[in-house]
Amino acid sequence: PDGTRRFTTNTNGGPLFVYVKDDKIVRMTPIDLDDSDAESWTITARGKQFTPARRGMINPHAQCLKSVVYSEKRILHPMKRVDFDPKGERNPQNRGKSGYVHISWDEAFDLVGGEIQRQKKEHGPGSMALWHGSHHQWGNVGYYLSSLLRFGNLIGFTRVHHNPDSWEGWYWGAQHHYGNSLRVGIPGFYGLVEDCLKEAEMIVFWSSDPETTNGYASGLEGTQRRFWAKELGIEFVHIDPNLNATAQLYGGRWIPIKPGTDPAMAIAIMNVWVTEGIYDKEYVESRTTGFEQWSDYLLGKEDGIPKTPEWQASETGVPARVVRALARQWAKKKTYLAAGGLGAGFGGACRNATGTQWARNMVLLLAMQGLGKPGINFGNLQAGTPLDHNFWFPGYAEGGISGELAHTAGAAHTYCRMPHVLTMNPVKQMVPRQRLPDAIIDGHATGYPWDGFSQEAQLTPFQYPMPGYSKIHMLYRYGTSTFGTINDTGRYVDMFRHDSIEMVVNQSIWMEGDALFADVILPACTSFERADISEWGNSGGYIHHNTDQLNHRIALFQHKCIEPLGESKSDYDIFTGILNRMGTGAMFTEGCSEFDWAKRMFDASDLSKKVKFKDFVKKGYFVIPAEQEKLRSPAYFRWFAEDRHKDVPEPIPLPSQWAGDFAKGLQTQSGKIEFVPSSLLRGDPDNAERPPVNRYIPSWEGNKTTALLHKYPVQMISTHSRFSFHTYGDGKDSTVNDIEDHRILIDGYYYWVMKINPADARARGITQHSLIRVFNDRCSVICAADVSPMMAAGVCKSYESSAEVDLFLDPRFGRVDRGGCVNMLTPKRPQVKGTDGMGSNSCLVEFEPYSLPVEALQRA
Amino acid sequence: MSQWNLIIDVARCENCNNCVLANKDEFVGNNFPGYSAPQPLHGESTIKISRTVRGEGHMVDAAYLPTLCNHCDDAPCMKAGGDCISKRADGIVIIDPEKSRGRKDLVAACPYGSIVWNAELNIPQNWIFDAHLLDKGWKEPRCSQSCPTAAMRAVKHSPAEMAALAKAEGLQVLKPELATRPRVYYKNLHRSTHSFVGGSVVASIHGTLECVEGARVELMKAGHTVATARTDAFGDFKFDALENGSGTYTVRVHHSERGYAERVVSLGSTQFLGDIELSGARAKA
Ligand SMILES: Nc1nc2c(c(=O)[nH]1)N[C@H]1C(S)=C(S)[C@@H](COP(=O)(O)OP(=O)(O)OC[C@H]3O[C@@H](n4cnc5c(=O)[nH]c(N)nc54)[C@H](O)[C@@H]3O)O[C@H]1N2
Ligand SMILES: Nc1nc2c(c(=O)[nH]1)N[C@H]1C(S)=C(S)[C@@H](COP(=O)(O)OP(=O)(O)OC[C@H]3O[C@@H](n4cnc5c(=O)[nH]c(N)nc54)[C@H](O)[C@@H]3O)O[C@H]1N2
Ligand code: SF4
Ligand code: SF4
Ligand code: SF4
Ligand SMILES: [Ca+2]
Ligand SMILES: [Ca+2]
Ligand SMILES: [Mo+4]
Repeated sequence: PDGTRRFTTNTNGGPLFVYVKDDKIVRMTPIDLDDSDAESWTITARGKQFTPARRGMINPHAQCLKSVVYSEKRILHPMKRVDFDPKGERNPQNRGKSGYVHISWDEAFDLVGGEIQRQKKEHGPGSMALWHGSHHQWGNVGYYLSSLLRFGNLIGFTRVHHNPDSWEGWYWGAQHHYGNSLRVGIPGFYGLVEDCLKEAEMIVFWSSDPETTNGYASGLEGTQRRFWAKELGIEFVHIDPNLNATAQLYGGRWIPIKPGTDPAMAIAIMNVWVTEGIYDKEYVESRTTGFEQWSDYLLGKEDGIPKTPEWQASETGVPARVVRALARQWAKKKTYLAAGGLGAGFGGACRNATGTQWARNMVLLLAMQGLGKPGINFGNLQAGTPLDHNFWFPGYAEGGISGELAHTAGAAHTYCRMPHVLTMNPVKQMVPRQRLPDAIIDGHATGYPWDGFSQEAQLTPFQYPMPGYSKIHMLYRYGTSTFGTINDTGRYVDMFRHDSIEMVVNQSIWMEGDALFADVILPACTSFERADISEWGNSGGYIHHNTDQLNHRIALFQHKCIEPLGESKSDYDIFTGILNRMGTGAMFTEGCSEFDWAKRMFDASDLSKKVKFKDFVKKGYFVIPAEQEKLRSPAYFRWFAEDRHKDVPEPIPLPSQWAGDFAKGLQTQSGKIEFVPSSLLRGDPDNAERPPVNRYIPSWEGNKTTALLHKYPVQMISTHSRFSFHTYGDGKDSTVNDIEDHRILIDGYYYWVMKINPADARARGITQHSLIRVFNDRCSVICAADVSPMMAAGVCKSYESSAEVDLFLDPRFGRVDRGGCVNMLTPKRPQVKGTDGMGSNSCLVEFEPYSLPVEALQRA
Repeated sequence: MSQWNLIIDVARCENCNNCVLANKDEFVGNNFPGYSAPQPLHGESTIKISRTVRGEGHMVDAAYLPTLCNHCDDAPCMKAGGDCISKRADGIVIIDPEKSRGRKDLVAACPYGSIVWNAELNIPQNWIFDAHLLDKGWKEPRCSQSCPTAAMRAVKHSPAEMAALAKAEGLQVLKPELATRPRVYYKNLHRSTHSFVGGSVVASIHGTLECVEGARVELMKAGHTVATARTDAFGDFKFDALENGSGTYTVRVHHSERGYAERVVSLGSTQFLGDIELSGARAKA
């Protein structure tokens, strides 16, 4: 009635209605379900009935997106660095310093297509590295595992192999005790919302802030379920150096702890259980192996040091009596352990020097209390809603249009239901993502693989360069997030400027981060400016049935709401343009537009059995009906606790991986939870940093590294941003910048926030919202201080993911960033020898009041 | 005649800022003639959230208080604004974007700080309850629609119904002493405005310090017991919703086996007493 037209779209922060008038977005709102949409489920627990609100609860990083689409930082034209001449001087040393000139798309495609061909002729296969972030704007067609991979495969590229950043300690540690490799070492969650509401008496949130991270890509859907828990009188405990958003909202005992010392506290809890005989002896006896050896360690029979609550107190800062009280409560009450934001995994504590130890202990704690029995499991009500698990609609990890069967989960469904031209990358050379600058600067690097199909594959290193292939001479960077999200990112400045790199291409939407270091910039458009199709929260792949975090499964048509801004193009069209220069454009598109691909995907999916394509596109979304109550999935691990055949809908372990009867037990060698894992005893028995007996080993950068601690006495953690999705939504002139918990405006500049304790502030003369220089030997980053007792003393916390990098030379301190990339300060060292895990949260810093130099700022 | 009201539960506000961002999404760059002129992308917003952090050590809490135009029935801004501010029959107060041009004085006329100066357009602006959408049939304003916790609820009620609801739910308004008769009501406002006294009760048992569960704690004032509590499994207790600066209190802790302790508190604002160790099993006074 107001002249607008209502479209639908889908984002990392939930689905949206998009109101458009005259090719301009007027507003974006959450989606309220209507009466024609499928009914919602109801859970009955302790005499009460719980039904979710009929609305998609979105994140702030979705609600800000209009400002992000129309950001003044949008790249509106293809560009070339002024002093980059592919036929003459390339001036790599000026990357990040010199400016740009507009070029036409024709020129841009010639430049990039021409260079790709020149590289192949000059250097041979593998000389171009293709490199993207972990995340992408939502959608199945225009995703990096879809279009980008198809493009890459048609060219051939050195793969920048990701470390399992979300899962680190779980993948490199926990899975050795109980399997679950296909979930990268985290537990599953089927049926657990119902079980928790019906049975649990306490939830221990351990490094878990679901109000900030909401598991993964699930909006604020879990919030109302946690309010139900409060209504039922389920008690909450929060173990975190920060009174995080979840602890603030729901209350419950806060146990502030020194980062990275959590394993000591977990071990002391288990010590109390053994000493006082308050663990599930029958379960330990029948469902686990190796307990005697573990209990010898707990009691000090192994090394003469009983791991008592008193023993842990000086490490963790948590008084012994609090640990004892928690241990006793835990034993007395049926307890859910919310390990990480998902409840069933992740957690900042899995991304530090003791991350493997922590995640391993999370499993061992529950092994001692009867994991899988009613009311005893992993979770925080974030995951495990009673939704349909059989209705197939693709998640992004199912490969989209890639035609890639080895590096996506496309083979199982997408490819066979939507036959399309298969593609593969003939270049076997890989470079580990965290070691990319080292590979370029030092010329070599070692990585460890991420493999979802076994506990063993991670143990064999791979090398860059790989015999027979070219070293990397061209970087094709898709996105801009490196400085904010990888560790010790000062290294990347030197990498980008390295002589051996002949061209840096950047394909991005906003002028920020890595884009500033490119030779050629290809402007992509946002997902609001192209067609796509997707389901909310459906990642597919490693988070099998991730949609179990939602209250309703919602599949969406992502309309092209507006025309691409300026001269920007969809990534798909950019890839087509480049491939056309090589003659493979038609193979890439199969004659299809993005809209056509979306239709092909619709036809392939179960959606086509429920709704006509025309009607689906018109309404824009479809609610996939919830499972009938009698067909709901049983609780996860119940089969294991009761030694029955596995009865939850996940395809792991593989048929060959059951030691005993098919579908009975776990993926481990014994089929039980192993206190001392046979996979480590066999595959990595002598690794002092990851011993088969999960001993407490203090952090290599923390409260025991006294020489360094003397210089840099504060432990910095850098965790996931509440108001942006990593770099998506931050900076870019977005409305999120005005949120005081995100950035603080000082003298016309939006500074990144560092949370610090009042005592630490007082000792250094720092006042609320004043500028501080946070530094260590790696770099200096300017932040604005947020001083409050919500931060434990001696610890500071910031978000990991600044989109802005703004390097300048301070005559007093050298290279300084005031964009807020605190990852300039974090260590690149892998958390444990023989792994590629990030140790970002083991980071010692100092801070002090700061004011800008009097000299004009010089770009560095 | 039913009119619009907004109910905000401070205890359910989690500072997600969806309300602020939805409001910006609606008004930045959009012109709604007769209702509102475009608001600037950055700067002061017509919906604000302020934070109150109380306590120290492990006993800390934070409350977030969203504030916006109260759509007062006896609005000081209207008295100052003359014909450039009007109240609609449904209770909504609108500042006319044309007539109010140049009236920077109106910013100070609102005792709640709910009028924001738009320097670009030279006009004062308030949160208009999204009247332009309600008039088109929307069921609620953008802010409450985007609120994930239902901390904000928009309700259309007659004055009598609203008064009854306010009474039943114990709702309060901001600065009641000004008698502006706001239509924005708050629940659990004490989390922002009042203090607590809390502590952790411990005792030495066979030489080991332990948390004391189930101790009886009394809060006394001038010899009278004003509140009682039991310590939880961590020995913690908390008396909330105490008036700031309300004077001297005595906290008495008693446990039949673990003993007795007493603390005197002079309450300026929130006091976390830290560990309170019980000694000598003394009977309750
Ligand atoms: N210190 C510290 N560091 C961390 C973590 C931590 O806890 N602490 N967490 C780690 C974890 S778990 C993760 S997942 C990573 C995330 O780190 P990244 O994946 O690097 O972060 P994103 O911001 O998601 O990066 C995605 C990039 O792709 C771009 N992009 C998105 N969509 C499109 C598109 O449609 N077209 C184009 N051309 N570009 C697009 C975005 O603009 C952005 O630059 O960070 C890790 N880093
Ligand atoms: N809004 C938003 N949501 C997101 C993302 C985002 O960028 N923005 N990213 C998504 C992705 S890719 C992932 S992997 C997940 C990540 O989700 P998580 O890994 O669960 O999130 P983090 O914020 O890293 O950590 C959660 C909590 O751990 C605490 N913590 C840090 N170090 C320690 C420690 O040593 N000990 C203890 N006890 N606590 C510690 C932090 O204070 C924080 O409150 O979030 C997803 N959700
Ligand atoms: S809150 Fe202020 S602007 Fe709103 S009606 Fe009352 S006095 Fe006027
Ligand atoms: S905006 Fe200012 S002048 Fe106008 S009615 Fe409100 S208080 Fe009065
Ligand atoms: S949307 Fe709701 S919970 Fe979020 S800040 Fe606003 S009132 Fe608080
Ligand atoms: Ca089909
Ligand atoms: Ca089923
Ligand atoms: Mo992640």
